[in-house]
Amino acid sequence: MYGFEALSFNIHGGYLEAIVRGHRSGLLTTADYNNLCQCETLDDIKMHLSATEYGPYLQNEPSPLHTTTIVEKCTLKLVDDYKHMLCQATEPLSTFLEYITYGHMIDNVVLIVTGTLHERDVQELLEKCHPLGMFDSIATLAVAQNMRELYRLVLVDTPLAPYFSECITSEDLDDMNIEIMRNTLYKAYLEDFYRFCQKLGGATAEIMSDLLAFEADRRAVNITINSIGTELTRDDRRKLYSNFGLFYPYGHEELAVCEDIDQVRAVMEKYPPYQSIFAKLSYGESQMLDKAFYEEEVKRHCLAFEQQFHYAVFFAYMRLREQEIRNLMWISECVAQNQKSRVHDSVVFIF
Amino acid sequence: MDLLRSEPMQLVQLIIPIEAAHRSISYLGDLALFQFKDLNENKSPFQQTYASQVKRCGEMTRTLRLFKEQMMKAGISPPTRSTKDSGLDLEKLEVKLKELEAELLEINANNEKLQHTYNELVEYKLVLEKVGEFFSSAQNNAVARQRELEVQPIVETSIDSPLLMEQDATCPIKHIKLGFISGLVSREKSIPFERILFRATRGNVFLKQAIVDHHVQDPLSGDKVHKNVFVIFYSGERVKSKIIKICDAFGANRYPFSDELGKQFQMMTEVSGRIAELKTTIDAGLLHRSTLLQKIGYQFESWNLLLKKEKSIYRILNMLNINVTKKCLLAEGWCPISAARQIQKVLLQATMECNSQVGTIFQVLQTKELPPTYFYTNNFTCSFQEIVDAYGIAKYQEANPGVYTIITFPFLFAVMFGDWGHGICLLLVTLYFIINENKISSQKLGDILEMVFGGRYIIMMMALFSIYTGLIYNEFFSIPFELFGPTAYGCRDPSCRDSTTIGLIKVRDTYPFGVDPKWHGTRSELPFLNSLKMKMSILLGVSQMNLGIILSYYNAKYFGNNINIWHQFVPQMIFLNSLFGYLSVLIIVKWCTGSQADLYHVMIYMFLSPTDDLGENQLFVGQKFFQVTLLLLALIAVPWMLLPKPFLLKKQHEERHKGQSYSLLYSGEDPLESESNSIHLDHKEFEFSEIFVHQLIHTIEFVLGAVSNTASYLRLWALSLAHSELSSVFYDKVLLLAWGYNNTIVLIVGIIVFICATVGVLLVMESLSAFLHALRLHWVEFQNKFYEGDGYKFSPFSFTSLTDEDGI
Repeated sequence: MYGFEALSFNIHGGYLEAIVRGHRSGLLTTADYNNLCQCETLDDIKMHLSATEYGPYLQNEPSPLHTTTIVEKCTLKLVDDYKHMLCQATEPLSTFLEYITYGHMIDNVVLIVTGTLHERDVQELLEKCHPLGMFDSIATLAVAQNMRELYRLVLVDTPLAPYFSECITSEDLDDMNIEIMRNTLYKAYLEDFYRFCQKLGGATAEIMSDLLAFEADRRAVNITINSIGTELTRDDRRKLYSNFGLFYPYGHEELAVCEDIDQVRAVMEKYPPYQSIFAKLSYGESQMLDKAFYEEEVKRHCLAFEQQFHYAVFFAYMRLREQEIRNLMWISECVAQNQKSRVHDSVVFIF
Repeated sequence: MDLLRSEPMQLVQLIIPIEAAHRSISYLGDLALFQFKDLNENKSPFQQTYASQVKRCGEMTRTLRLFKEQMMKAGISPPTRSTKDSGLDLEKLEVKLKELEAELLEINANNEKLQHTYNELVEYKLVLEKVGEFFSSAQNNAVARQRELEVQPIVETSIDSPLLMEQDATCPIKHIKLGFISGLVSREKSIPFERILFRATRGNVFLKQAIVDHHVQDPLSGDKVHKNVFVIFYSGERVKSKIIKICDAFGANRYPFSDELGKQFQMMTEVSGRIAELKTTIDAGLLHRSTLLQKIGYQFESWNLLLKKEKSIYRILNMLNINVTKKCLLAEGWCPISAARQIQKVLLQATMECNSQVGTIFQVLQTKELPPTYFYTNNFTCSFQEIVDAYGIAKYQEANPGVYTIITFPFLFAVMFGDWGHGICLLLVTLYFIINENKISSQKLGDILEMVFGGRYIIMMMALFSIYTGLIYNEFFSIPFELFGPTAYGCRDPSCRDSTTIGLIKVRDTYPFGVDPKWHGTRSELPFLNSLKMKMSILLGVSQMNLGIILSYYNAKYFGNNINIWHQFVPQMIFLNSLFGYLSVLIIVKWCTGSQADLYHVMIYMFLSPTDDLGENQLFVGQKFFQVTLLLLALIAVPWMLLPKPFLLKKQHEERHKGQSYSLLYSGEDPLESESNSIHLDHKEFEFSEIFVHQLIHTIEFVLGAVSNTASYLRLWALSLAHSELSSVFYDKVLLLAWGYNNTIVLIVGIIVFICATVGVLLVMESLSAFLHALRLHWVEFQNKFYEGDGYKFSPFSFTSLTDEDGI
């Protein structure tokens, strides 16, 4: 495929690329967000969204709206888009699209397992799951008592099975375990996805490796920050980092020994692409780091649309839409709870 | 005539007192003569004045959608007749809709609850039946086996031996309490269900499934699915809790079951009884629901219409500016000057009816904005105007080619489609549409029929004209008739019977109208008709192009553009007429004098060697001198078209610009300002080259176009030739051939083939192609001489143009 995408890409991927670019132009713009931020009630938000691509999904909702309904319907739109694209896709694009959902699958597995651990109702947990990460036997997760059972009972049938090879233990599940499991799974997933994209070659490999490297680095930083002050050993921490990305391998060595946020910062500032993230943050501040990361991510995803004839646009579109739904959720929550002064805290403008 | 130029429009400002706003807009919507301008374009929808009302309308349409969906589900279709006004206003309707919705939802909820219980009971009954069967068969087997065991005490295990009973039978001492769970699981999930059960309990369960043959309604979702009844035998409490969790995870409904026969029987009767009871209740509920829905369906359309109107009124109201005191609304929009009085009357009426203390103020605004283009059209003219609009909406007050199209379009079509038999067929079809106009217009037609119906008056004109040209060509399905008296030609002597041979002489006066029927079938028929039609095409073409150029004169005169008159219209006229106008004159002279001159030769040598002697091709005295003059005029006309206009425009612009630059110099010594000024100048300089290039293109296009467009009109001849040849082929080679066999069956087949070919090829395909060619001649050859077509259409606010999508 190297170098000749322009010649043959459109045979199979042309239609879907057109579709995804169309979807992308339907993303909310800064003007939309400005208007949304001025809304007084959730009905205003609905009214504004009725002029966007979300319109048909919200129009049949009776009037007292809830934030969850808005988010649910907006997610439904994303899922519909995804399903339509998946239906139309041929190999290897269909596999690529499926890879995008594995992250949600991991999150869902963790959600259900944690929920059952805290004795929540399965049905209630299922409603909270992201619809993109659903698989047939997901509800059965509640039965499992430890990792081994989890794997043997349920996950062996799912695409996540190969990622489990690292974390099969007979220990009973607890919060710490689950969190480690999530990160181990994520690590395996990212590495697998990375390998898959490298195999595809061409612009896809080029752009996706950049996007995935960013994702891996972000996870590494998050793992480090979250594990500061916990009983996780340095070696264990080191093991959770994905084996690619800008930090690999020397950055990982340094991150593994970090003891506070400023040390993390010192490590990151050695890497020029991440310097800008910290430029806006003052020392010792970790609250705004998430937003800064999101902003950087959105920027990179938008850039993915600048090239043609590659699959990264699908990944980028899904991520952008998810970010948009997060924004909508935040705005609606702020509007619903009369906290409009905080609207701008967590909204990441996409365009 | 109204159609020559678009209606004069004015930009009007209305100041409407707020209490009369709704009614005023509503009346204007009925009148459909006012196009509102959106004054709140940059406001987001929820910030607008009437946002809450729009929201309410949206809510009500949602309710109506709900009703519609429910009616569709229940199989009730709302009556589509145009209903009279229900006399409701928005507030009453809102209350009513809310009530009805609440009632409907309550009924639905009740029904659902009942249905849920009912489905559960049905499932329970199934479980009772299937598991009962299983238990009794297992018991029988066990009894038989026990007997066998008593005879030969070797323990023999086989797959189909019932596990439970065997355990019970073989080791009764251990007293292991085996529990069991029974229920239903959907069939597609049954395999993973079994697999997970097996994995979770490490194989320590016994699962028995039985297939339910028919669909079962799932109590939770209400969907109809295939299901399996299952029984799971297990031992131990931990396993039980696991199994229950798995059952929940798979959406398998569990039902209690007793292994005592008596209890089973009792439960069975109980369940059956309750099912029957519930059935009647559910039926009663459904009946109630359908009567309610019917009641809704009866008024559905009128509500829908009302809502559509209200929604559009609020959409317009949201376009208006509200002033600070919130006592009046400010509207801006376009209306035809002629309609001003009507609008004022309606507005007055609205304010009177609303008991408003002040009337609406109607104020004409001065503007430089280009007004919209509006033509008063009727049923007849609108389809012709549509032909022009499809190319481009006329600029405001530009000469409208639509007027001429009414005659020239069908006429050019008919030149290509000249056959009065075919014309009559077309006329009959279109007359059917015109006579049943009222009936058909209310129906929904297919795409193609809709198009034919929309263009019915065009087709009528085309048919009339093709009858006319058909009479001139003397063709009726390619058969000549002696309609206007006998033929002028006869045999020289009585011995010649075959009229196609040479030797005919003129015996009578010239045939009075059209082509002499005697020409048909002669050897010189084609050369004669070709020469006739070719010359005719050129005459028609040159005259239509001249009309186009003359219209450009009227445009220039109307807009007061002297440059266009003197440096575009005049040289264009001279150029076209000195070449092709002269050719037309030659054609007419040749026809009148019967000269033998070769016109090709004349035209070609007029360019190649204008000074040569014409010899036998001379048609009139002084032709040579005349030709040289014309040639010189044409040569002068080209630079005349090209050069003066851009320079004059530049001069004009500079004169206008001079004043500005002086005033700017006076206003300040600001370096910034002078800089911007120089940029301004550069910009204009740049534009001059653009204008010049544009003029160059325009000139080249006209000069080349004069030749190519004239040649393009020859399509009239070509298509008419093709049409007459095709129809004569069908007549000679199908109908006459079949006639020749003297066999009824062959004749019938021949007639059928002839009719099919005539209708399919000649009437449909040929008319389509002639239509397209006529269209092209109008759009390209005629309209490019004068038509700008860069206006925008007047689209007044009107209730009649509301589409279905606006409502539901």
